[in-house]
Amino acid sequence: MKAKRLRRTSLYVPGTNPGMLANASVYGADSVILDLEDGVPVPEKDAARILVRNALRAVPYRGSEVTVRVNALSTPFGRDDFQEIIPLAPEAVRLPKCESADDIREADALMTEIELNNGIAPGTVGIIAITESARGGRNLSEIAAASPRVIALNYGAEDYTADIGAVRTKEGRELDDIRAKVIVAARIAGVQALDSVFGDVNDMEGLYAEALRVRLLGFDGKSVIHPRQISVVHRAFTPSEQEIVFARRVMAAFREASSRGTGVIALDGRMIDAPVVARAEKILALAEAAGCLSGER
Amino acid sequence: MPSIGKRREKGKIVASLEEAFRLAEVRDGMTISFHHHLRDGDLVVNMALDVLAGMGIRDLVLAPSALFPVHESLLRHVRTGVIRSIEGSVNGPVGRAASEGLFSSPVILRSHGGRVRAMQAGELRVDVAVLAAPVADAMGNLSGISGPSACGSLGYAFTDARYADRVIAVTDNLVPYPAVPFSIPQTLVDWVVPVESIGVPEKIVSGTLRVTRDPLRLIIAEQVAKVVEESGLFTDGFSMQAGAGGISLAASAFIRERMKAAGIRGSFISGGITGRSVEMLEEGLFESLLDVQSFDLEAVASLASNRGHAEMSASFYANTASKGCVVDMLDAAVLGATQVDLDFNVNVNTESDGVLLHGIGGHMDTAAGAAVTVIVTPLFRGRMPMIVDSVLTVTTPGQTVDVVVTERGVAVNPLRKDLLENLRGKGIPLVEIGDLKKMAEEFTGIPKAPSFGEKIIGIVEYRDGTIIDTIRQRI
Repeated sequence: MKAKRLRRTSLYVPGTNPGMLANASVYGADSVILDLEDGVPVPEKDAARILVRNALRAVPYRGSEVTVRVNALSTPFGRDDFQEIIPLAPEAVRLPKCESADDIREADALMTEIELNNGIAPGTVGIIAITESARGGRNLSEIAAASPRVIALNYGAEDYTADIGAVRTKEGRELDDIRAKVIVAARIAGVQALDSVFGDVNDMEGLYAEALRVRLLGFDGKSVIHPRQISVVHRAFTPSEQEIVFARRVMAAFREASSRGTGVIALDGRMIDAPVVARAEKILALAEAAGCLSGER
Repeated sequence: MPSIGKRREKGKIVASLEEAFRLAEVRDGMTISFHHHLRDGDLVVNMALDVLAGMGIRDLVLAPSALFPVHESLLRHVRTGVIRSIEGSVNGPVGRAASEGLFSSPVILRSHGGRVRAMQAGELRVDVAVLAAPVADAMGNLSGISGPSACGSLGYAFTDARYADRVIAVTDNLVPYPAVPFSIPQTLVDWVVPVESIGVPEKIVSGTLRVTRDPLRLIIAEQVAKVVEESGLFTDGFSMQAGAGGISLAASAFIRERMKAAGIRGSFISGGITGRSVEMLEEGLFESLLDVQSFDLEAVASLASNRGHAEMSASFYANTASKGCVVDMLDAAVLGATQVDLDFNVNVNTESDGVLLHGIGGHMDTAAGAAVTVIVTPLFRGRMPMIVDSVLTVTTPGQTVDVVVTERGVAVNPLRKDLLENLRGKGIPLVEIGDLKKMAEEFTGIPKAPSFGEKIIGIVEYRDGTIIDTIRQRI
């Protein structure tokens, strides 16, 4: 059921900062990312690994899903990261620099071995695959299908645009292609699609516009690098009143049809099929998370 | 017979503090008071004590409204017997020295309102008040609104001027008579001493007066605004006090947004006044500012120019023995804490290690008076939990505390069932205070309590004069 979990926001927290590691879950992000990769300078990789391990052991992360961005297995740090982190069973690792199904399979095998050695049911820890290159972009479907551990696809905007030779702009048109690839591959595999970060922590309007755009494209959430960005992204991922009303009517019609034992659902004289019902379910889940259904915000 | 012209020219001016002290007939064992409007930029307290020490005076009781780190040099006068004891707030090194047992008798800690009451009742008898005056004329009309050491309101100094037997004004800004507008009138002042400087301007304005950018503290501030909004008091005529700490300022900023959104026009903001309060006055969100202490230059400038910005005495502000004080008219007060316990008692005096580092300010006064008293604190600071079984020092009794807001939950005093009802179902993460304590201890564990000796180094007096707690020497 991990793929169904709400992941509107995933907050990056550097693995080098004990205070931030302790407080990561209070900001209301759906998911937190304890980072061992790019947020940690090479000389501090060891210390960060210990800090993150201890945080996973000791910090009560109430309310937020806890994930760890490990270093890729192709680096000198990746294997040690897995050995330290997997025994503590975070909900998922975020695996950077995924280029092919082999990367996932290699990680899967290693994770299974560590899980078995530590008395953890194999497959407990999920994988959120991060693609950061043209090759990875081309192979997204096979990456998503490479293991049942894969629960979501994500991409690294900076590395990806550098790899394809694009220039990063505020508008982000250069990301159209990878975004489309991530969405399509995720939907084929039945996993979530997560958007990359918006780098300017002071531009809340720009962040909102981008978050809204990616929600309408089909993304399930967006990574954030500052707690202030969380409420803005959540707002963008909050359905409009009209969307909620329509979704409620679709679900009511669906329930009514189910009770009559018919698979044919009609609303306002139009046929409602499974994707429309699925979309309505998603809208209502987002609305509930935003507090629009219960009066809670 | 002196000529009329000479009298007018000279007024009450004397050449030096030493001469003023001789005229005031200062003797061993007397009580000398000061005000703290110049805060960490104050030069007058140290100057006065150096002069008194030089005159061979000993065994003095110091009665400042508060002392700051700049006053650390007083400690040498304690060691040499010039100062016997302190009745007044101590912040920083002087408090630490008290905790280490330097003073032979305990520091008596009173709130702003309590200090006035004690003077009024004769429990704190001041022989000589030394008033730092950013503006003074030759007859002793005094104000704080201009000059190189402008500090704004002289709210605490009113008390000293009113109740001390003799009053010496010290100024670095002698202006032609009459110094209008004046705060303290010439009828209360005996002598005026011109000096080169009474304060360091950049230290008069506190450096902490910035809205916090710490996301954790912003979460607390936003919860405070929600609590205030849903308290049932958030209607036209709303009044509040928010301190100058980062969380309080951020809470004010959130409350301001909510007032604008709801179209609410408030009545007054009281207490320490900041530029943020001034902005809300000028935007028409509040009718007036009642200023016992100006915290920044915007507040100082506003006091000089805004008709809705009134200076008030500490008695007007918080004296429970007066015929009516401002705190009793407050709807909401947002106050800090160094510890809160399961009975909602609040400690603001001693740190988690038991060292006396802070004064009371208006904490217990506003808590007692406000319709809703909100205490803000992170759940833990460093490795120390802020919610504990029993506070090390009771500064503000739990019966006067209504809500505790942390980043991980909001606890309402069970005595306030009405408030709890108002806040329920409004998206505020309500928890029991005991759960907050457990959450804190999940991170910090239960630290070993500090050890204290037998010697009492501090007495906490409630605003009505009752002794509510004592502070013992750290060992």
